[in-house]
Amino acid sequence: MRSMLAIYEREMLILRKRFFRQLASMSVSPLLYLVAFGLGMGRSLKVGDHSYMEFLVPGLVAMNSMMQAFAIASEINIARFYWHIFEEFQAAPISNISYVTGEVLAGITRALLSAVLIVLIAALSGVVLTYNFYFWLAVALNGFVFASLAVGLAMLVKSHSDQALLTNFFITPMAFLGGTFFPEDRMPQWAQYCLHFLPLTHASRAIRAAAFGQPLDFSSYLLLVSMGAVLFILAFHWVNRARE
Amino acid sequence: MIRFENLRKTYGHVEALKGISLHVGEGELFSYLGPNGSGKTTTIKILTGLAVPSAGDAWIHGFHIEKESLHAKRQCGLVTQNINLDNELTVAENLHLHGKLFQMKRKERAERIHELLHYIEIADRMDSPVKSLSGGMKRRVMIARALMHSPRVLFLDEPTAGLDPAIRRRIWSLVKNIQQSGTTIFLTTHYIEEAEFLADRVAFLNEGKIAALDTPQNLMEGLGIWALDRVADQEMQTSFFRDREEANRHIAAREGSFSLRRVNLEDVFIAITGKKVME
Repeated sequence: MRSMLAIYEREMLILRKRFFRQLASMSVSPLLYLVAFGLGMGRSLKVGDHSYMEFLVPGLVAMNSMMQAFAIASEINIARFYWHIFEEFQAAPISNISYVTGEVLAGITRALLSAVLIVLIAALSGVVLTYNFYFWLAVALNGFVFASLAVGLAMLVKSHSDQALLTNFFITPMAFLGGTFFPEDRMPQWAQYCLHFLPLTHASRAIRAAAFGQPLDFSSYLLLVSMGAVLFILAFHWVNRARE
Repeated sequence: MIRFENLRKTYGHVEALKGISLHVGEGELFSYLGPNGSGKTTTIKILTGLAVPSAGDAWIHGFHIEKESLHAKRQCGLVTQNINLDNELTVAENLHLHGKLFQMKRKERAERIHELLHYIEIADRMDSPVKSLSGGMKRRVMIARALMHSPRVLFLDEPTAGLDPAIRRRIWSLVKNIQQSGTTIFLTTHYIEEAEFLADRVAFLNEGKIAALDTPQNLMEGLGIWALDRVADQEMQTSFFRDREEANRHIAAREGSFSLRRVNLEDVFIAITGKKVME
């Protein structure tokens, strides 16, 4: 437990040291999307009973929390390939589960922080939605899925450039296709079927439903928990692969 | 204290360690001497859990490094060749996190940080970010961090690489003091004088195999006491002698420029492997 907390505390100490830089970096892309898609072209658009801005904000929360949780992979790789701090963890008497849990918790914290930021930016733009327990639970589960994926992949890659490649192939397409910018039902049937396999689609659905105060679809929560658990177990097994 | 048998490590088709066996006793300062790529760091990485052996077994204070890895790791402190401190964190924060990783309690951590930073003489820089320290200070902080949990064995992988001679000597005296407090030390180096000055016993590692193993004194005396260097045909030729008179007679009988000096471990290494340690 103490060693798991040490891993988490290290990430939080670093986050604290870079707090304002980190906040600025977290808010750049959602701010651009809000301005370009929301204020620029979305003023006159409606999606169901909601304005496009209202539709967009939960999508941005899902996308940004995914990206921030996944960004833990870059932190791990910098620690591994550049600063060599990962060797300090490998030489310490900590179990794989403590290491993965500490890093995943750090990823979830970053995801929640990014969601808070978007909620504040949206409020300043005049969009206030419902931010209840289920909204934050969906954000945390989204963080759980992508932080677990991040830790697992960070253990498998052999260089920092491999990590960038994975982001380009997995995260960027998901950011645009996972129900963030447009409703899934506007896509062709086959595409809708494919989107069901993306965790971000379920996160967007759950976050949006909670934000709109709609009845919750617990299957999305269940799917996120299941996907997160599978990825967490894989990450746990892949820690040993990082040893030479 | 440290024991390994038939330790092998291959990276693809490259055999970095070719079945080495060794025993290092409690309180001993043991040095692994060899050129770059001879397998020194690989051995330390395997013993401290950073790498998996391809074959063979190793024990630290009786704990098997693979089957009882958490117990084995608790016995070890590691100072790696690369400076691997958290640059953005302060000196105290780096030590504090290490203590936490080794399950030390808060009070114990605070006391130990205070004690160690005084010991390595940088208590006044406790709250400085690591990035503001000099290379020598960072090395000392790394040694302090490795000692945080009071390990029985301290692994030092090229601890003075890249440091200037004055700072190197300061680190040597720190290492000697640590040994005197009862800690077993396993040191890798390619600095001859470091091994000569510090080590109780030395192993020459060459191409993944132990080429020789003894005390520095015995290894050097096996070759002679005096070494006579002479440059002939653009090549350095060295002859070894038991006493100085014999060396002087040799000089008197020949023409040319000679240089007489004491035999060192480099001479022994070259005699055994045909290579220089710094190659």
